[in-house]
Order: sequence, then structure tokens, then C-alpha cells
Amino acid sequence: MFSNFDFDVIRRALPFLFLDGMKFTLTLTALSAFGGLVFGTLIALMRLSRSRSLALVAGLYVDLMRSLPLVLVIFWFYFLVPYIGQWLTGASRPIKVGAFESSLITFIMFEAAYFSEIMRAGIQSISKGQPAAAQALGLTYSQTMRYIVLPQAFRNMLPVLLTQTIVLFQDTSLVYVVSITDFLGAASIVGQRDGRLVEMYLFVAVVYFIISCSASLGVRRLQARLAVVR
Amino acid sequence: MNYHWNWNIFFEPDPTGAGIYLDMLLSGLLVTIKTSLAAWVIALACGSIVGVLRTLPSKVAQWFGFAYVEFFRNMPILVQLFLWYFVLPELLPHQAGLWLKQLPNAAFYTAAIGVGLFMSARVAVQLQAGIGSLPRGQKMAATALGLTTAQVYAYVLLPMAFRIILPPLTSEFLATIKNTAVAITIGLLELTGEARSMQEFSFQVFEAFTAATVLYLLLNLVVVVLMRLLERAVAIPGYIAGR
Repeated sequence: MFSNFDFDVIRRALPFLFLDGMKFTLTLTALSAFGGLVFGTLIALMRLSRSRSLALVAGLYVDLMRSLPLVLVIFWFYFLVPYIGQWLTGASRPIKVGAFESSLITFIMFEAAYFSEIMRAGIQSISKGQPAAAQALGLTYSQTMRYIVLPQAFRNMLPVLLTQTIVLFQDTSLVYVVSITDFLGAASIVGQRDGRLVEMYLFVAVVYFIISCSASLGVRRLQARLAVVR
Repeated sequence: MNYHWNWNIFFEPDPTGAGIYLDMLLSGLLVTIKTSLAAWVIALACGSIVGVLRTLPSKVAQWFGFAYVEFFRNMPILVQLFLWYFVLPELLPHQAGLWLKQLPNAAFYTAAIGVGLFMSARVAVQLQAGIGSLPRGQKMAATALGLTTAQVYAYVLLPMAFRIILPPLTSEFLATIKNTAVAITIGLLELTGEARSMQEFSFQVFEAFTAATVLYLLLNLVVVVLMRLLERAVAIPGYIAGR
């Protein structure tokens, strides 16, 4: 079945696939997860705040992002970011934004909506007595959040946050639609150049599978350990 | 901002000359709906079988259910679509591969099968959780009454489990609709694809994507409302959701 396939093409392309492609994918995943978590936490705090308007704005943002396909959101930001940059810097024409920056902004904004829902659940899982006790001790709102509520919420939600990061890792492959050289993009370039799409896509599938599988195994172990501690 | 807004673009003739740009978007919406429904049928069918397998006492069945879910969950949906679209025809015997490649509407079938199987793994996990949430006594009582395993599932467990997991299934169906947008990469002209080509022909980027956004939101809304009605119609009496 594989007689007329040339798997040597993969070996020759390995440096390009991993040093260019996978490096882009992993950097994008890590930075988007971090940025998404920071923004997501802020959005969650907005949704839970006493201010009606803040809660409304945050809720609308989350609902909007969660009802749109990621592909459409990638297109939106791909075209929108240059104009936002122009507006922010006061330049006379839309500014040029690099492929990495553009996709990083997209994924931070998109994942923030998903991370915010996780953090909201985490914050709501903390018993009411804790912030009440913190306030009784004279801690301000920001101190209560920083020292009491958020660390516990984060810890409780760590397995879910990591699972979402694995989803994010897989979703970064969708930057393919704006022709960016991530891991899949790199494989496509090589595959199209050498006429070896089949070998390349099979290899990409195997690599994604191994990484995601071992990552979710790690998360399951972590979950078991956290469950015992609690 | 020196972007030239032109909201009338939707009523201007599209590049084919057959209609207006709005027609393009609406035909995209129709493709999105058709693909999602086809994918959802596949997801429900395969997901139900695998979900049941995961709850059977047989070790082989459990192992198969586990492997199935892990297989479809640990690869990006885009890579899975590429496997179905580019790789599968090459792995099949020559004649069959050729037939597959020349199939009219190949992008539609690939998208329906690819997205459907991707979602089926998630449906399976939901159904497993639903069956697991039923009291053990139900299965035991059904067995004590002399029902075979197939009858236990068909008449007792599944009717309960499906009604319990209706809310998460709604989210999975919404995810199915969203995932069909990935099929733009294999040339399916669904809603996102039509918005993209409208943008390429008319240069009205933001109008095209705004329209697609609004249509997706409306589609979401329709699904949510319909599912609420269905939930109310089939709610189990005695549960919090029931009357």
C-alpha cells in the first residue's frame, strides 16, 4: 500500500518542519494561553463585578466570540488589526502587522472568551466566606482577589485550563487559512513543493496525535494528584 | 480611518452576474446548514454507538470506545479534514481512489464526514456521562425484568440519558455548525467561504464579515430557541428540568 510513497521526504524536511513550523505553533500556543488567561481573568472579574454595565459588556463579548467560528474570527482580526493599529498610532494608512503578531492577537482575544468562562466557574467555586473573611481583615477588593480568590480559583481550574490549552494547540493549525507557516503550514509547503502531500499530512497527524495524547495524559495525572490533595 | 464603507454592496451584482452579493452569502448559509445537519446526523449515530460501547461491561468494547475517542480528539479538525480529503483517496486501491477524487461535491461529503466523526467523539463522551449519571438500579431493574442488554439500552437507559444530556448536546450541535467553517480549506463554499470570496471580489472586507457574523448569530439563536422548545417537550417529569 505504501510502495510508491517516499517517506524520506519527511526526514529531509525535519529541520524546516520543527525549527520553523513547530516553533511557531508552540510559541503561539504558549503566548496565547498566557495572554488569554490574563485577559480571560479580567473578563471574568468584569462579569462578576457589581457594575451592571461592565458585566453586560463582558457577557456580550464572551457570547459573541463563542458563537463565531474560529476561522471567521481569524479573518476578522487579520483584516481589522492593521486598521486598529492605524487608529491607535494615528498613522495615515493602515499599519503593516506581521503574521505572528496578527495571529497572536487573534488567539489571545478568542481564547480570552473561553478562558474567562473557566475562570468564572473557578471563582464561583470559592466559598463566600473567603472573600468575606478577607474583607473583615481589611483587605481591599484587589488584595482579596490577588491573594485569596484568584490563586485558589486558578489552582482548582488548572486541569480544565490545561485541557483548553491543548484545544488551543490544535486550533492554532487554523492559521493555515491566512497562509501562515505554522507546523501544518510548513508541512503543506514542503508537500506541495515535492508533490508529497500524503506523506506530509500523515506525518503531521501523527505528530499532533502524539503531542496532544501525551499532554492530555499528563493533565489526567495532574487531576488525580490535585484531587487527592483537596 | 480611510476605509470606504459601502453597505449597499450587498445589493450590487456579484461576479457571476447571476445575482447580488446577498445571494452569495445566503447560499453560503444554506451550505453551512446542510453540512452541519449532515455532520450532526453522523455525529449522533457514531457518537451514540461509541458512547454505548464505553459503558458496556465488555473490556474489548470499552477499549474500542476509548481508542475511538482518543483518535478523533487528539488531532486538529483541520488535519482530519486533510486526511479525509487528500490522504484517503491515495491509500485506497487505485480505482476506488479515482472514483472518490472525481466525486461531484466531494468537499461537501468530506466536510460532513470529517466534522461528523470529529464531533462524534465528543457526543460519545457526553452520552457516556449521561448513562453514567443514571442510578444503577435502573439497569438492574430492567435486567431483573428479563430484558436483554439491547432492550435495556433501547427502552430504559438511552431514552433517559438522551433527555438528560440535551443541554450539552445543544452546545455540541453549535460547535458542529462552527466547525463546518473549517471546510473552507478544502474549498467548500459555506458561509465563511462565501464571505471570504465576497471580500476578495468586492474589497468590502468588513461589510462581508459583518454580514457573516450576523448570520452566524441568527443561526445560533434559532438553534438555541428550537432546542429549548425540544428540551421542554421531552423534559423528564420529576427532574428539576421537568414539570
